[in-house]
Amino acid sequence: MSLMRRAWLRTTLLLSPPLAWFLVIYLASLVIMLITSLWSVNSFTQSIDHTVTTQNFRQVASGAYPTIILRTVLLAALVTITDAVLAFPFAYVMARVARRRTQRLLLMAVLLPLWASYLAKVYAWIAILEKGGSVNWAFTKLGLPAPNLGFTNAAMWIAFTYIWLPYMIVPIYGALERIPGSLFEASSDLGGSGWTTMRRVVLPLALPGLVAGSIFTFSLTLGDYVTPLLVGGANSTLIGNAIYDNLLTGGNLPLAAALATVPIAIMVLYLLGAKRLGAFEAL
Amino acid sequence: MNGHRFTRTGLWAWVVGVLFFLFAPIITIVLFAFDGSKIETWPIRSWTTHWFSVAVHDPQVRSAFVLSIKAATLATLVALVLGSLAAFGVHRARFFGRDSISLLLILPLALPGIITGVALNSAFQYAGITLSLWTIIIGHATFCIVVILNYVIARLRRSSGTLAEASEVLGAWGLLTLRFVTLPIIATALVSGALLAFALSFDEVIVTTFTAGAQNTLPIWIFGAIRLGQQLPEVNAVVTIVLVLMVIPILIAARLTGSENVARLAEPSTKT
Repeated sequence: MSLMRRAWLRTTLLLSPPLAWFLVIYLASLVIMLITSLWSVNSFTQSIDHTVTTQNFRQVASGAYPTIILRTVLLAALVTITDAVLAFPFAYVMARVARRRTQRLLLMAVLLPLWASYLAKVYAWIAILEKGGSVNWAFTKLGLPAPNLGFTNAAMWIAFTYIWLPYMIVPIYGALERIPGSLFEASSDLGGSGWTTMRRVVLPLALPGLVAGSIFTFSLTLGDYVTPLLVGGANSTLIGNAIYDNLLTGGNLPLAAALATVPIAIMVLYLLGAKRLGAFEAL
Repeated sequence: MNGHRFTRTGLWAWVVGVLFFLFAPIITIVLFAFDGSKIETWPIRSWTTHWFSVAVHDPQVRSAFVLSIKAATLATLVALVLGSLAAFGVHRARFFGRDSISLLLILPLALPGIITGVALNSAFQYAGITLSLWTIIIGHATFCIVVILNYVIARLRRSSGTLAEASEVLGAWGLLTLRFVTLPIIATALVSGALLAFALSFDEVIVTTFTAGAQNTLPIWIFGAIRLGQQLPEVNAVVTIVLVLMVIPILIAARLTGSENVARLAEPSTKT
């Protein structure tokens, strides 16, 4: 009994400081943000009026915002799918085809871009896609018309796909690596061809890893405002930019807070869906 | 069998293509830092190291660099303490609500960074707190804690608890066991976690924009300079320096705990 109580006491003592930090700083801030979304800015004094109103949410549901939200979600989905397609064969080779040495080299090759400076990675695409960049140069050399992708939605799609790709490769690799080799033998012993094994054994077992990776690619695209500002064009405004503009340029914190509830709601739905697909057990 | 070989070749071609996609942009940006011409055009025709000396001597870049180092160091220290406490607590605990605590602790990584930024900004405005070095540190520590937590808990899970138990049974209570048994077990995990948390904080821009106010950390200076577009050759040099500076802690961390674990960090999990 006393041992049990001591263990309990120790756990409490260990967990109190970090939990206090998260409750007092992180969760409390989230709550304040949600409350702020129900306030408004007094147009004369520019100070925050603490009268509760649904005005901000009505504003989010009207004007340009629904289009911006739809654009963001579609782009996040497109980036997620592109990353999944690029990552799967790569992760498969890493996990099941490559020898040990090559496997480690490939892992390192994913790791360095994963941790490399975010701004450097976004910035690189300006230099590559702009008029005098290497993509236009290569197309012209091949006798093709220059695609001029700089500062377009396509540029944004490419840059997002690029910066989040390692976040997709790593969990898929993890899931594929954990598949016991005996399952491959069993499948071929039972007469399953390469494709059947891929479809009926590998893909279902890799799915949780894929979903886990997609949480990153989706969530990170959903909240980004730097990439659209740097590589995007006139029609590249995302939810992140709307939040950024309202808070930092427009001085309308309540509206920014109301807009911020949109990615939260989308991510909660996404995480619930991911949980049903077993993404958290695979982690 | 022919089909098999065909698939294999196809797979390896895919790997080479993805590797090119992963590295070409990084190499491009490093090459442009040595570009002699003021207007970026591909291919590069003349070479210089001039922009590095411009960057290193720019007082704005210097003060932004110093602020970034201060913020990253202090945020990492806060995260080391709170992150390892949380790891020990969650690891040992077998109680109802453990999963909710795990979920709470990973929220800053699972939700988009801009949420953390706007939430903290709302709270600071509400409480009348002026944005300063300390507000930057609070923002960074919130996600750095998660990094340390993930790292230490992974190590604790792989090491057996019996060593610490044995030590306690033999009479080495509390601090003695911590110093001579537990710390040596988690030492490399702590160092790697700290290096990566430092790198993450040093590079952060999304949350920092909302917690820094008028001050410039290095990423905020870079972000602003790219948007203004007036000193791009210097930006190329600064960005290249940042890339090189960040590779060092990552390589050390990978050396200490294996590249496998450094990669795994990307996963938002504290589950057993």
